[in-house]
Amino acid sequence: MVALRTKRTNNEADEPSSPVLRFGADKPLKLDAGTLLSPFQIAYKTYGTLNDARSNAILVCHALTGDQHVASTNPVTGKPGWWEVLIGPGKIIDTSRFFVICSNVIGGCLGSTGPASTNPATGKPYGLDLPIITIRDMVRAQLMLVDHFGIEKLFSVLGGSMGGMQVLQWASSYPERVFSALPIATGARHSSQNIAFHEVGRQAVMADPDWHGGKYFEQGKRPEKGLAVARMAAHITYLSEAALHRKFGRNLQDREALTFGFDADFQIESYLRHQGMTFVDRFDANSYLYMTRAMDYFDLAADHGGRLADAFAGTKTRFCLVSFTSDWLFPTEESRSVVHALNAAGASVSFVEIETDRGHDAFLLDEPELFAAINGFIASAARARGLSA
Amino acid sequence: MRQSKATIMSVNHAQRVDLEVVADLIPPQSRVLDVGSGDGLLLELLQATKQVDGRGMELSQRGVNECVARGLSVIQGDADKDLKFYPDKGFDFVVLSQTLQATRNPKLVLDELLRIGNHAIVSFPNFGHWRVRLSLFVEGRMPVTKDLPYSWYDTPNIHFCTIRDFVNLCEELGATVEKATALDANGQKIGLSMPWWFWNFFGQQAVFLLRR
Repeated sequence: MVALRTKRTNNEADEPSSPVLRFGADKPLKLDAGTLLSPFQIAYKTYGTLNDARSNAILVCHALTGDQHVASTNPVTGKPGWWEVLIGPGKIIDTSRFFVICSNVIGGCLGSTGPASTNPATGKPYGLDLPIITIRDMVRAQLMLVDHFGIEKLFSVLGGSMGGMQVLQWASSYPERVFSALPIATGARHSSQNIAFHEVGRQAVMADPDWHGGKYFEQGKRPEKGLAVARMAAHITYLSEAALHRKFGRNLQDREALTFGFDADFQIESYLRHQGMTFVDRFDANSYLYMTRAMDYFDLAADHGGRLADAFAGTKTRFCLVSFTSDWLFPTEESRSVVHALNAAGASVSFVEIETDRGHDAFLLDEPELFAAINGFIASAARARGLSA
Repeated sequence: MRQSKATIMSVNHAQRVDLEVVADLIPPQSRVLDVGSGDGLLLELLQATKQVDGRGMELSQRGVNECVARGLSVIQGDADKDLKFYPDKGFDFVVLSQTLQATRNPKLVLDELLRIGNHAIVSFPNFGHWRVRLSLFVEGRMPVTKDLPYSWYDTPNIHFCTIRDFVNLCEELGATVEKATALDANGQKIGLSMPWWFWNFFGQQAVFLLRR
């Protein structure tokens, strides 16, 4: 069973079930780490049709453990796309009107070059031989994909959490390529507390004896226990105390009384264990290390002499930021500091804080107020862009 | 409950007679920041009739979310705290309508408006209106009127001023009054030829166009 899963994950890394764009030695990806990644590939999905003017493209950026399967069944889990509540025919992001592109980020494990991909130099998975990937590297690769489609200016770039970081990076690096930007539940930098949680996750992976210094594929193993613990710890940060209490309280799991042991007595324990177990089936442990590192390194102000407003100087992009009251991973203040920087840069910006107890993960859920804000923003941006309804 | 909501709505509507006066002061295609944009009525009016590049700042999160859902460019923010983030002369017009009296530091806020905008437009209820004076003089009580429906202990309006007071503040801040309009109880403009004391007595609201 383990061997079977290992093989499948590896296959999805090299030969994904979605379209893939391969760049040869003539088109290397320049990395912030100071090296070139070549050859490399980007796995992506598109929905809808690009219009003749190529003006109706929306790029969706996925979060830490997301992938390109944003609005269609995930080939690994068999579950619906991760943002199907928002994106599809007749939905808020209407794919009968817009051309939606979503790519697996560089460093990911579902078909874009990442640590699980085969290193052409050795014929073995990269493992930790892959250079550290940054948010800006991810965006540079996405730009090459957008160029491949011949799209001069994206109508919109949107995403939550790590996806929101990519949105901010896009707007900062390529303002002339982004007509509107929707960064949700995110910030212009990763906070000390967030880096701390990520470090706990990485240490859990690396402490698993099956990790083998990152060369677990060669041993026919996978650090499933460590990765599951990392996911459990992280998952807590995606929720809120109020939501946990509302859903689970101190309820016991399939039992009448405490067992006076270390079995999963409480529903919350059972829930977290389930989250951890199902995660390892779909995600590569080394990729988890790379993704978390990319978020940790993100600090848009630091790239501009400490002044965040300078990251957006002269921008013509229309922005809409969204935060959630119970999100303690990216609290409203993180969004607000981006808003203040955009104000200082004279940018057109909307900012909505949504009252909910569902924590950071609220951006992935059916939140009517979130949808109303996105709908209003996209509709007015489409009018300004001259896109017919 | 229904009753009280309806009352608040109609009061708000009655207060908004100043909006058209404000809109008349703004030329087409201007860059406008509406501070205290509320339900977005002015921004919508300006976008529809003047094709302005309009932005809003509003304290109430609910008002903001509704504005954004209607496609307006609005952020949640506090006039007392958040104006400092805007660059000098970033807008042609900065509007503060019916909000000055609710700010903690009106002088600082007005100073910021004059810094951010080439012009500032300020509308406010005149506390020198004869009804207000009558209430204090005859009844010895803080006035509660159709346009100022709050009791003294629950009012968001913490810094009332009269038209005269406001003119003094403008002088203190080195602002030039480019245009001033007073509206009577029916929302009608009071004749330009009338002296200041007349405006201060019969004007229920005032709209000032300023620059510095």
